[in-house]
Amino acid sequence: MVRNLFIIFILAGVASMFAALALGYSDPVALGSAASHYVSKGLAELNGVNIVTSVVVTYRGLDTLGEVTVLFLTASILSFFLKNRSHETKSESSELLTTASKVIFPFIFMTGLYIVMNGHLTPGGGFQGGAVVASALLLLILADNKTDGSPTLFTVLESVSGIFYVGTGVAGLILAGGFLDATVLGAGITGRLLSAGAIPLISTLIGLKVGSELSTMLVKLKNASEV
Amino acid sequence: MELVILIVLSLVVIFSAVFAVIVKTLTSAVIASGAVGLFASVMYIIYDAPDVALTEAAIGSGLMTVVFFLILSRMRRDENG
Amino acid sequence: MAVTGIITGSLLILIGFYAILSKNNLMKMVIGFSLADTGVHIIIVALGYLKGRTAPILDSAALTANPETLVVDPVPQALVLTAIVIGFGITAIMLVFVWRLYEKYGTLEISRIGEAK
Repeated sequence: MVRNLFIIFILAGVASMFAALALGYSDPVALGSAASHYVSKGLAELNGVNIVTSVVVTYRGLDTLGEVTVLFLTASILSFFLKNRSHETKSESSELLTTASKVIFPFIFMTGLYIVMNGHLTPGGGFQGGAVVASALLLLILADNKTDGSPTLFTVLESVSGIFYVGTGVAGLILAGGFLDATVLGAGITGRLLSAGAIPLISTLIGLKVGSELSTMLVKLKNASEV
Repeated sequence: MELVILIVLSLVVIFSAVFAVIVKTLTSAVIASGAVGLFASVMYIIYDAPDVALTEAAIGSGLMTVVFFLILSRMRRDENG
Repeated sequence: MAVTGIITGSLLILIGFYAILSKNNLMKMVIGFSLADTGVHIIIVALGYLKGRTAPILDSAALTANPETLVVDPVPQALVLTAIVIGFGITAIMLVFVWRLYEKYGTLEISRIGEAK
């Protein structure tokens, strides 16, 4: 009884906090100062059409580096707790299922790569494309019970793209304005695939890293053993 | 017009969330939480945020449900009490 | 129109907290945490919405000429992108711990785990 009263008390406190926010909310009429700088000067400084990708990759690039680090930590913790089961025999899946999944896999994979590489021109970017690539791999490992993707390839890809990501940041420190400055490569013509400085390069590296990390997590979760 | 669509989506999201918390079978609860992510992704489109909608649809609705099911397949499926 | 999003997000957070605080099953607690996370993201994106404007992608000449009065705020969208991926990682780690607890105690109910010590 006291526990229920305590729960109602906590929920009422949280609800009153949000009620104060919702009732006193008036629609803003203009952008804030930081946002208006990003929107008005973003195309001129960085030549990227998608402002959200410019903000994520360059203007707030340090937050993205922190997020990539948190994902790496998550994949490591999962690999630490889940060991591979190798002695248990797995059941065979039907040939229709494995063949159909191998036919569909390239299309989903290409869609993911397209979303990654066009992150600076259309909605997209590294995280979205990496999640779609991981979904394509999930189709393969769920359809065929015996396959594991290729764990060494994922590990190597993840480490190499992480090293190159920090390397691009340090190159920005040496050659251009600061850490992770995207003007270290040429700006190019607006709207082309190879434009907007280092933003497509960083997007591709983030996409590879996130895709391989999520794939490693999914393979480990599928193979979890009876310890 | 957009306000009407937004209100209908909000009602579906709240209903799915209440369903996910109340129902006894864990499988249905996981699928309802995937539905919450899916309709939240449509809400993000109406709020003019296409990048967030892509990310929420791929991760919040697709990968999260699969991860829940990969863990749930190793234990009992229903909530006792 | 942003008020609808704020109310929906607040209700999702309340439902998620109710599931964490009062449910007996560990998986229901993890589902509640994921619902509260989604609610927080909806509130943040709704706070960045300005009426009558469009998405922050400057792909036409009309938008490039005068973007400050024609696009919504891009900064909350960038923050929520990061938050969604991190929320997924944390939920995956929570699920692994739930699985290890089930392996050790044989049940998902916290009342029985508390008595079994």
